Amino acid sequence: MVLDVEWAERWVRRTAESVARAKDELTELDRQIGDGDHGENMDRGFRAVIAKLDEPGAPERTEVGDVLKLVATTLMSKVGGAAGPLYGTAFLRAAKRSARTDVDRAGVVVLLEAALEGVTSRGKAEPGEKTMVDALTPAVEAATAAADGGAEPAEVLAAAADAADAGSRATIPMVATKGRASYLGERSAGHEDPGARSTALILAAARDAALDPAADGAGEEAPR
Amino acid sequence: MRHVGLLLVSHSVRLAEGAAELAREMAPEVAVVCAAGDVDGGLGTSLDRVTDALTALLDGEDAAGVTGVVVLADLGSAVLTVESALELDDELGPRVRLASAPFVEGAVAAATTAQQGADLRTVLDAAQGAADSIGPRPVVEPVETEREESEGPAGTRVEGETVGAAEPLRGDDVVVARVEVRNPLGLHARPAALVAKAAASFGIPVRVQGVDATSVLQLMALGSTAGTILEISARGERANDAVATLAGLVEGGFGEA
Repeated sequence: MVLDVEWAERWVRRTAESVARAKDELTELDRQIGDGDHGENMDRGFRAVIAKLDEPGAPERTEVGDVLKLVATTLMSKVGGAAGPLYGTAFLRAAKRSARTDVDRAGVVVLLEAALEGVTSRGKAEPGEKTMVDALTPAVEAATAAADGGAEPAEVLAAAADAADAGSRATIPMVATKGRASYLGERSAGHEDPGARSTALILAAARDAALDPAADGAGEEAPR
Repeated sequence: MRHVGLLLVSHSVRLAEGAAELAREMAPEVAVVCAAGDVDGGLGTSLDRVTDALTALLDGEDAAGVTGVVVLADLGSAVLTVESALELDDELGPRVRLASAPFVEGAVAAATTAQQGADLRTVLDAAQGAADSIGPRPVVEPVETEREESEGPAGTRVEGETVGAAEPLRGDDVVVARVEVRNPLGLHARPAALVAKAAASFGIPVRVQGVDATSVLQLMALGSTAGTILEISARGERANDAVATLAGLVEGGFGEA
């Protein structure tokens, strides 16, 4: 499986489908500890991304970074609150580091590292503060380990996705110290962070787009 | 004379326009532009609005007089939006500075400095030094109270802790009720405003957990969330109605439960 521009497009489409399916779940998580708009915002953002992707007459996209840049600018424009700038910056930094026709195992790590660096520099968050960073940090670590062990690019993504999922679940007992949830202090414990959950969804979509390209299709239900 | 321009980025259109009105009054020759509200005009910020405003200021037809732009942003995600706009367009960076400054004071200080023909760095410094204009300490000394300093944001207060110095209600005509908060976020800004408005409409002393029920800030500082029991009390004519009205609002979950 070559992680090329077609993979990147599949990744984005799968993310849009996955976010649409999880819209209510994300909103419910956000309602517990935030302002309850994360599912709606992410769904609107990725719908807009798909519309851009399908826009007739758009310049041909040849590099992975071309697709990621489109995601970045669209999310920044269309997603309100902090999630737009944060995910936008993550995709933008990843785009800058993936200006090539395909990414190899080291390229996957570089892409994820750039995304993490974008989120931390923009959001000033560190691990353990119950944010997206708590899903993305273990993802980068797992991807690095997998790549060092000689895993195929798709397997590197799979390692990252699994670690992000575990990292997101690990936010449940955490007390938030960043973002809207931090206003709740101790009461934020006991709920999964919606930003960490959406990060896990995005990386799961990246993995699925690499491992299972055939199952890709408009609106098709993929098993979680 | 060429001037530095100002961009005011706020979640609220009216907040930005109000601050711009003040700044323009004091600096009539300085271009003061707003990029406020989300894409639909609601509360929020929009990257497109920020980018369009910056581009118009720097490269638009009226841009002849603008040598650079100092940006003031009001709340967290407004700052993120501006940072994103600057990251997205490398050409903006050298000519634009985002100030870390109080929104209103910073805008006025930057505008008056720009009016004098100061350069980008000096206008930025003026904005960032504006917090000092508020003074090292409040002009009015705070009244000593017995309450302990809050250690975190207002929302982290423990349940039942009283804030503020509202006089407790005493007497035979005091009506008291206890109700449970239903909505997850409790008395956050919108519900607190509803309670305060309702409390004020009766024109009698009304308390929630001992604080003045007409004060949005004191209500928010209670940090109540779902499951918190709130004691509502009122004294005087229509005290029954006041307590019943507030209890109804709380028990109704403010339409959020």
